[in-house]
Amino acid sequence: MSQSSVDLPPKGGFSFDLCKRNDMLTQKGLKAPGFLKTGTTIVGLIFQDGVILGADTRATEGPIVADKNCEKIHYMAPNIYCCGAGTAADTEAVTDMVSSQLRLHRYQTGRDSRVITALTLLKKHLFSYQGHVSAALVLGGVDISGPHLHTIYPHGSTDTLPFATMGSGSLAAMSVFEAKYKEGLTRDEGIKLVAEAICSGIFNDLGSGSNVDICVITKGHKEYLRNYMEPNPRTYVSSKGYSFTKKTEVLLTKITPLSERVEVVEVAGEAMEE
Amino acid sequence: MTFTIPIENGNGVKNAEADSQRTLYPYVTGTSVVAIKYKDGILMASDMGGSYGSTLRYKNIERMKAIGKHSLLGASGEISDFQEIMRYLDELILNDNMWDDGNSLGPKEVHNYLTRVMYNRRNKFNPLWNTLVLGGVKNGHKYLGMVSMIGVSFEDNHVATGFGNHLARPILRDEWREDLSFEDGVKLLEKCMRVLLYRDRSAINKLQIANITEECVTVSEPYSLKTFWGFSAFTNPS
Repeated sequence: MSQSSVDLPPKGGFSFDLCKRNDMLTQKGLKAPGFLKTGTTIVGLIFQDGVILGADTRATEGPIVADKNCEKIHYMAPNIYCCGAGTAADTEAVTDMVSSQLRLHRYQTGRDSRVITALTLLKKHLFSYQGHVSAALVLGGVDISGPHLHTIYPHGSTDTLPFATMGSGSLAAMSVFEAKYKEGLTRDEGIKLVAEAICSGIFNDLGSGSNVDICVITKGHKEYLRNYMEPNPRTYVSSKGYSFTKKTEVLLTKITPLSERVEVVEVAGEAMEE
Repeated sequence: MTFTIPIENGNGVKNAEADSQRTLYPYVTGTSVVAIKYKDGILMASDMGGSYGSTLRYKNIERMKAIGKHSLLGASGEISDFQEIMRYLDELILNDNMWDDGNSLGPKEVHNYLTRVMYNRRNKFNPLWNTLVLGGVKNGHKYLGMVSMIGVSFEDNHVATGFGNHLARPILRDEWREDLSFEDGVKLLEKCMRVLLYRDRSAINKLQIANITEECVTVSEPYSLKTFWGFSAFTNPS
């Protein structure tokens, strides 16, 4: 589970051998291929009883929307959730890995996971890959020592904050938070503010869009509100369905059974078996 | 102003003299300007800082100036290019006054002039490194427009330059209304400037708000905003 010292042969995970070759190729002029990123708005804030996390639901592949309704709020522990921005594969893999490490740790200690445990595991992993694992995370949860909210950057640095935003829409969302956040928000005020910040990212940032997901974590209780708001419904759907115009005329109703012209040979047994 | 064509010799090194004739990078820069239309005219806000790279070199630069009787110009970007633009506009207004025909250039005309100037400089690869905000009222008609250093120009109910595009625009899009009063307009601008102060590294807490109505143009005295740093997570990051 933990990274050992230098001498062991690589059993799995990322091998840095090809990085030298890639560097040599880029020096010779080869353009490196791009990554699939989730242009994103993810936010978190601390309210009086716990933590609220929010995220948009658009996954982009360059200029194309690859997934209109993806899930960016990942499960870490029953009392800890994590939003992820950056390369989709990296955020998924890293949060899944730490989530299973936390579960094993819970079995061993017999206690609920703490948010700083998840934080330390994530930052250790990201730092050891020197920023090549492109995952920017907003980690939030409520444990025995209270509500916590942290941001983790791809190179492994972390912040502890009362409100946080990450992703391409982070400036739009941060402007809403900086203007309207105060301490001691109630649950409804907090949800409203998070939804407003995500909507600000959805409507003002091209990399974010579609719907708003929200996760509310309080002591002993969590609520995952998938698609809490859908501010981008399909607007033009014909209520009559698809109807053919009356002008299409039926010219001929003669049915020619094709099996007369074709010989169907029954092959015993192996046809179509793969 | 001379413009020499850069010559490439065998090693691909351009003629150094030619490059010194063109603006390649900005040196002393001003940060964002935010402006909105309100009930009686235009409100514009900017801070008074001039950054020399990452140093805050000048803290008393007025980046908003009145143009003629009807317009107000705010600029972000290279300060020396802003001063050059002021010289061009002074000449323009002077010539207009010399006609002495009872007619005076309004904000739409000044905006058009600036668009032509910026676009033509960009076509010669020697831009005036500014994003300009032009607002004004003439004959009861309010006008607010923006020109960038490459000549992109448009008119809108609320504009912002630089970092203000990312931080102030979302707030303005949500909260701007057609018939804002003066107090509400100032509060809205202060909200945007406060977020910029928190999150833009080249912003300083010394700003001016300019107001232009049919009757007059006023640029306020510099003042500073109140900021709040007392979150418990800041004092006790557990």
